[in-house]
Amino acid sequence: MKTLVVAQIVRFSFKKYGFKIMMDAKKKALKAGVPIFIGYFPAAIAFGILAKGCGITLLECFLFSAVVFAGASQFIALNLLVSGVGALGIILATLLVNFRHFLMSAYLSRRMGAIAKKYQFLMAFGVTDEVFSVLSFTPGHLSKTFVFTLQLSAYSGWVSGTIAGYVLGGFLPQVLTKSMGVALYALLLAILLPEIKKSFKIFALTVASGVLNVVLIKMDIFPNGWTIIVCILVIASLGAFFVEDDLKKGING
Amino acid sequence: MDNLVFLILGMAVVTYVPRLAPFLLLGNKEVPKKVDAFLKCIPAAAIGALIIPGVFNAIPDAPVAVLCGMAFTVAVGLWKGGIIIPVLGSVMVTYLVLLLG
Repeated sequence: MKTLVVAQIVRFSFKKYGFKIMMDAKKKALKAGVPIFIGYFPAAIAFGILAKGCGITLLECFLFSAVVFAGASQFIALNLLVSGVGALGIILATLLVNFRHFLMSAYLSRRMGAIAKKYQFLMAFGVTDEVFSVLSFTPGHLSKTFVFTLQLSAYSGWVSGTIAGYVLGGFLPQVLTKSMGVALYALLLAILLPEIKKSFKIFALTVASGVLNVVLIKMDIFPNGWTIIVCILVIASLGAFFVEDDLKKGING
Repeated sequence: MDNLVFLILGMAVVTYVPRLAPFLLLGNKEVPKKVDAFLKCIPAAAIGALIIPGVFNAIPDAPVAVLCGMAFTVAVGLWKGGIIIPVLGSVMVTYLVLLLG
């Protein structure tokens, strides 16, 4: 009888404890996810409005965000579309613009190890600039719940914002929708700022990368989108040789 | 319509494959220390190049309004942190400057 009671208590507390861990991960993820949703939403509204202006249907507009799920390249695609560039040209441009995610996924797969391997097909779909930025600056272990909650927040913000923009965009003042163009940059900045406060080296790498990007764009020798990739390769290599130890502490807690 | 669906699917494939490939290639394999250090430096390098100089062209005909919005984000972000207020606030500040300008 006594053993049974003890067994019950152990089982109960284990259940409770396990449950609590899951809840904590969910809570932590929502705390990171809600701001991402809110950051994506206005940017997606801007996309929906622009898409409607280009004369594509609501279904096609929805498909853009739901299937491609890549902010900047969707805007570029619309631009090219109205300039009369053909599908193959736009697809090539998209490949170039989005290839930076290759490097981001490389970082995440190293960081997350076995979890990433198990859920790689679903997880890879949600590797956007902003999701990557939040994950990379989240200290400690990244749980499956945390990653997927974050990705789902981003995805739902992006897709629902797109539809809202397409359907309701006409009712918003034009100046306001124009202002929403700053949302994605503000989102990236807001993610970065706390890290900059903690580590001067992160600040130095960030600025160095931005300055190099300006120089590369001025030189005009790389296709659209590849300057970012060159910046990541050059600056991260420099960082690996010069500031290795401090960064490990700074980024991975 | 058909052409556009083809375009969307094509874009989806060339976006998804680079996102997936590193998971398939790297996985749990051990990588040299220097490569690991390189991968750890990617976040700061990536965000820097994503923001600069694109942000100055976020609204091509109104760079001043954008700068005001970003100044708000930097001020609140450094002072209080968080994401919601810095992001929504920057949109509002940009909006107000555009209205007044």
